[in-house]
Amino acid sequence: MLAKRIIPCLDVRHGRVVKGTNFTSLKDVSDPVGLAEFYSRSGADELVFYDIVASAEGRSLFCDVLKGVASKVFIPLTVGGGINSLDDFDRVLKCGADKVSVNSGAIKNPSLIREAAKKYGNQCVVLSMDVKLCDDGYKVYSLGGRVRTELDAVKWAVFGEKSGAGEIVVNSIDTDGVKKGFDIAMLKKITDAVNIPVVASGGAGSIEDFIDLFKSVNVDAGLGASVFHYRDFSIGELKRQLKNSGIEVRL
Amino acid sequence: MIAIIDYGVGNLFSLNSSLSKIGAESVVSGERETIERADKIILPGVGAFGDAAQKLKERGLDVLILDQVRSGKPLLGICLGMQLLFEKSYEYGEHKGLGIVKGEVRPLRERISDLKIPHMGWNELRFTKYSEIFEGLKDGDYVYFVHSYYGKCADDSMIASTDYGFDVTAAVQRGNVFGVQFHPEKSGDVGLKILKNFVNL
Repeated sequence: MLAKRIIPCLDVRHGRVVKGTNFTSLKDVSDPVGLAEFYSRSGADELVFYDIVASAEGRSLFCDVLKGVASKVFIPLTVGGGINSLDDFDRVLKCGADKVSVNSGAIKNPSLIREAAKKYGNQCVVLSMDVKLCDDGYKVYSLGGRVRTELDAVKWAVFGEKSGAGEIVVNSIDTDGVKKGFDIAMLKKITDAVNIPVVASGGAGSIEDFIDLFKSVNVDAGLGASVFHYRDFSIGELKRQLKNSGIEVRL
Repeated sequence: MIAIIDYGVGNLFSLNSSLSKIGAESVVSGERETIERADKIILPGVGAFGDAAQKLKERGLDVLILDQVRSGKPLLGICLGMQLLFEKSYEYGEHKGLGIVKGEVRPLRERISDLKIPHMGWNELRFTKYSEIFEGLKDGDYVYFVHSYYGKCADDSMIASTDYGFDVTAAVQRGNVFGVQFHPEKSGDVGLKILKNFVNL
């Protein structure tokens, strides 16, 4: 059976991982390659890297980081941040990314999803969306969750699937950083509407949050950042407990 | 020396890195001489079947591959590279493949209605036959899949399957020609072991 995936997310700025502490087993907690190897050994099913600056000079550093990771870690790598054109896809794919995640770039230019899917295949294109509950329903936010758009989250997800995205990452602005669990109600609306893999993001605070996520809603993966960086629990421990709760994982 | 065939599709960075990780010498090339000189060949590929088959043909690589495998050289097709071993594919139309494995490449959607497509993620291998490339692995080992079409064998080439609503072809073998639907270069230690077995054939 297909296993549910656990995905740590690493934010990279100027070639270093932002956040990350309590890694007693690591000499350098902000070394992306070391951290990626550590996560891979602990059982991560995939890694997500965000280039959070995405400036011209940051880009070449980011590519060096990717190359370093891709030559040492042999699990799928998704890359996002500053993806606005096919050239951006090309740039990160050449550095070893397997999947490329578009967010604000697709909001600005929705045809980017279709163009990229046509050129690189659906499996390569991930639509990442930041969603917040507003008075008039779940809305998509752009520019790192700072700017509200008029896009309805469910409609935007369906548009992404129709345009050729192979996967959707849904980040809840409401639960992000709160560590009180994933946004199950919102995720249900999205997974009911699309038929491609959905990755849940935002709100992971405990092992129970992941168990609750996979028991309540048909998502394919759970993404976490600080829970893993701050070693609230290890990925190995999380997966063992998921398995004990009857959830299919790769151990 | 392993030649990874470069015909303008797919990202070969990880594949090349995974081979150096296991200590194998490899070269990414679309040149006839380099491919002829290599001890083994890997046919990678992501994207659409028709486009890939066309690109192989334009470069004369289809004929070269068939000549090379006929002479006994081991070949490993990965993902779309496995599908290209089949006679034909129905991905966006009807396209001719290399025809080393009897059968067709058909949409997963034909067989499953309630599961998500693409079939993306880690799934378990079930070995249906002994093959030297799976030496040291056990039933239930996980490997990473990403695909929306599958190879439907019309002969006895299938050596492993995986459960995604039905027994999906995970790997095939026809003599010295091997094909895997999953990505060994993205399948952690299990994947590296498979690559090592191929390199050590």
